[in-house]
This record gives sequence, C-alpha cells and structure tokens, in this order.
Amino acid sequence: MKVKQISIFLENKPGALEKVTGVLSAAAINIRALALADTSDFGILRLIVNDVPTARKVLQENGFTVKCTDVVAVEVPDRPGGLHGILSVLSREGINVEYMYAFIERSGENAIIIFRFNPTDTAIDVLLKHGFTVLPGEQVYSL
Amino acid sequence: MIYNEEAETLPREALKALQLKRLQQVVHRVYHTVGFYRRAFDQAGVDPDDIKSLDDLQKLPFTTREDLRNNYPFGLFAVPMSNVVRLHASSGTTGKATVVGYTRRDIENWSELVARCFTAAGVTKNDIIHNAYGYGLFTGGLGAHYGAEKLGASVIPMSGGSTKRQITILQDFGPTAICCTPSYALTIADAGTELGVDMRSLKLRVGVFGAEPWSEKMRLQIEDSLNIIALNIYGLSEVMGPGVAMECIEGRDGMHIFEDHFIVETIDPDTGEVLPPGEPGELVFTTITKEAFPLVRYRTRDISRISTDFCRCGRTFVKMDRVSGRSDDMLIIRGVNVFPSQIESVLMGIEGVEPHYQLVVDRVDTLDTLEIQVEVSETLFSDEVKELQNLEKRIKKDIKDYLGITAQVKLVEPKTIQRSEGKAKRVIDKRNI
Repeated sequence: MKVKQISIFLENKPGALEKVTGVLSAAAINIRALALADTSDFGILRLIVNDVPTARKVLQENGFTVKCTDVVAVEVPDRPGGLHGILSVLSREGINVEYMYAFIERSGENAIIIFRFNPTDTAIDVLLKHGFTVLPGEQVYSL
Repeated sequence: MIYNEEAETLPREALKALQLKRLQQVVHRVYHTVGFYRRAFDQAGVDPDDIKSLDDLQKLPFTTREDLRNNYPFGLFAVPMSNVVRLHASSGTTGKATVVGYTRRDIENWSELVARCFTAAGVTKNDIIHNAYGYGLFTGGLGAHYGAEKLGASVIPMSGGSTKRQITILQDFGPTAICCTPSYALTIADAGTELGVDMRSLKLRVGVFGAEPWSEKMRLQIEDSLNIIALNIYGLSEVMGPGVAMECIEGRDGMHIFEDHFIVETIDPDTGEVLPPGEPGELVFTTITKEAFPLVRYRTRDISRISTDFCRCGRTFVKMDRVSGRSDDMLIIRGVNVFPSQIESVLMGIEGVEPHYQLVVDRVDTLDTLEIQVEVSETLFSDEVKELQNLEKRIKKDIKDYLGITAQVKLVEPKTIQRSEGKAKRVIDKRNI
C-alpha cells in the first residue's frame, strides 16, 4: 500500500533544481508530484515519478544524493472538510504527519494527498480501518 | 625603556658565551632526565659533550609538535611533578593538545620576560593594564597577568568575552594599557563605537597584541580606532607563552627575541637546512633556561625572518619579523589553534560523514569565522529537514565541545568539494590579513 518517493538533496543555489529536471528529462521520466522543502542553505526535493528505479539510477549516476522513502497516497474527498476528516482520525490515533503535499492528478471524484507518516504502517492500518482509500504504488505511478 | 638593562643590552660576544654555557647545561640535563631526548640524541649519534660551540647546536635533532603529542601529557617533563607548579595546554582534542609545565623558577623567568615586554612598550608600574587575553589553560591570560604584576603595574584580569563589560571597565577604571588578540581589540573598538562611546578618548595609550597573525593594516586600524600605539608580541605555549619576543616602542620594526633565554634558528622547512639571518624560513627555538619543559630545536612552523640590524632602543637581541605564515596547515581562529586534521577526526566520529569536507575561514567585520562544508552522503541524507538540521547541530556541537571553537556547518551536494591529486585542499582562507 506504500508509495516510493525519491528525495534529493539540493544546495540552495541557482541552477540546482534545473540540473535535476535535466537529468530526469533526458531519461524520459515523468514527474507525477513534487514538493520542495527549503532552509537557508539547503533543500530537499521530493518526487513521485512514473519509473522509480530508473529515476533513482540516473540521478545517482549524475552525482546526486538520493533516498527512497515510503510515503502513503490517500484519496481525499474533494469537498470542504475532506482533509480535516483524515487528519482528525490520525490525530486521535497519535500518528505524526512529518509532511504532506498534493498530487496533481485526481482519482475519480477524489483528490490525492501524499503523506509522510510516522509510523507509516500504523497510519495505513488506521486509515483503512476508518474506510479511507489508500492507493497502492503501482496505481499512483501510472496515474 | 628597558626592564633588565644588563641582560637586554649584553654585548653580542658575552651573550653568545652565556647562550653556549646555558645550552650545554640544558643538553646535558635533557639527555639525562628525558628518555625522548636520550633516544633522539643517541639515534643522531650526538653526545651532550659534543656541543662545544653554538654552531654545534645544528648537530642535534629537531623536536616537532608530533613529538610533543606522542609524549602527551607529561612525557617530556624534565623535573618530577612535585617541582611543577603550573600546567598549561594548547587547544586541541584530548590526546592532541600539547601540555607544558612550569617550575617556580620558570614562572619567575616567564614573568620577567613579560615584564620586559610591557616595559618595551613603555608601560611602567604607574600604568593600569587591561588584560583581555583568555585566562585558563591558554598561556595568554595568566602569562600577561604575572608579567604585569612583576612589573608592578595594576592589572585588571578581564579575560576574553563579555565585550560590553570590557567597555564599561575601560571607561570606568581608565586603564592606560591593554593586551589581547588584535582581532579582539578591533571587536572592542567597534562594539564601543556602536554603543556611542568615544573609543578614541579613553585613557588607553598603548596596546600589546599577539597570539594570532595580524598585519600592518590591522595595526593602523587598531591605532586609529582606539587612538593608541599598537605593538606586536610573540610567543607560543610550547616554548613558554607570550613573551618570547616583543617589539620595542622605539623601533616598532620587528620583535626582539629574548636571546638570554632562547636560541633562535631559521630553517628551510622542506630540507631542515639552517638559513643565514635575513632569509625567511621556519623559526626553530631552543629554550636554555626552562626547567620543567625544556625544548631542543623545536620547530614552530611559524615562518618569519631574523634581522641582526642595530636597534636604536639599545637592545642587542636579534629581531624577528611578524609571522608571515605557517609551514603546515594550522589555522588560528580567534586565537585558537586548529588543525584541519582535528576537525577531520571530529567529523569522522559522526557516523556516515564522508571524508570530504572543506573549511572556509573568513573574517567578518573583525572576527574570524569558520564554515565547515560537509558533503551529504546517502547514509546521512534524510527526506526530513529536521534530521539534516539535527546533523548540522550535532557537528557544530562536537566541534565546540572538542575544539572550543564555534563553526557554521554547511551541508553541500556530493562531489562539489574539489578533489585534488595528492594532498586535498582542505582550507580556503579568505581572510585578507
């Protein structure tokens, strides 16, 4: 039920992002979702791509520090309070959201949100128990 | 002005005779009391009795900082601990610091030498001396303090830091002389000006600055901002501490080395060959009066030049130029000696840190800054910002704990630090001094 996310270490300087997109573009990798966390001197680019192994390989070959992390893609009802419903359940169960970002594509009538939970497996159990839809990796990569 | 007229103006011939007598004594003494020297002399095939002239000094092997470290902490002491009344140590990680000891007579001699330094700067017992060298293991604070007391001046034991308080004391106590590192003098001057204090109209008349490299440009800056005369003092803890050499106010051109206590040589740092006076090279000192921690031909790694020119102050001692550089990679950051290898060993102690790092030293306003750039390996990397920030904090804390210096840590992308063939270029020193 987990989705593989690629994280890339970047220095906070001109051209850093462009180098990543250049490498991915040359390898015909399609970016499905992304989020950038930044501090004053470095940033972490998080990506969901259509082909995780290839993306990882080409990035490493080009000298980037890359890490694969398990994240969770959750269908969120596309209406007011939709996200709140999910977060309330997680909050009650004491699960921490390290970070989250929205997916570009929709899944039918629902939006998709990528969550980085701690702990991940418990979070998935809780979400499933409360009737939320957690999307498996294969489905997310090909959306 | 001269503190010890007889010693400091001794005719060269008499001085050389005194040096030889003292050298012969010290060579015999270390040979019979310090295992390290016995082995070193035996290995070089020299007997203490072979030292028949000052030129014979060249037959003796050099002593290096590495030798000091290998004999940490007390291995090179030439007297039993019961005769040692004081210990000092240079900065460094445990086991890498160099420890020095002093007998009561060593402290007396050292105090006199520092008193000579103050006198050379025109300071007398009627002066109040603001001592902002750090007190503690560092030789600067206590060295200057004892010298000031020996002279009979009134010493304010300020130590370093608490800059605002320093300024209040400078205003209220009205010291006429100040001693500290040159960069700290500028910090005090700037901070005072920022607080609206007219730093040029304090009672300060003269400053004795040392313990870190500085330039003529800085001298002018200090003199202008504090309206004082700034003089250069030289010393290193291994040899004794501050007071090995001092600039006289009359000449203001090079520092007189107190040759009745130290024999100086200049060598080619690569070949070890002794160079004639006037040629720049690495300074090598032999202490000829120290009891607890005598040093024979100690390689300082400081690059300077010895001048035998006549000085109008009347001292017959040779003079050394301000230190122009180091023949190794030691950095002096805010008065603290740091070797890149020490920073490396701290970094290597943190799991996942790769041996690819670079040190960027700069001077912002008047204070030295150190930035440590560390390449982020996949082991260190995390998708969470807080993990990486914790790593930065951890490195910063370890550097502070082990080396006593504050550094900025910057995580950089892999392979961005230049790899060089052979010796890696670890240090970028942007300080323009």
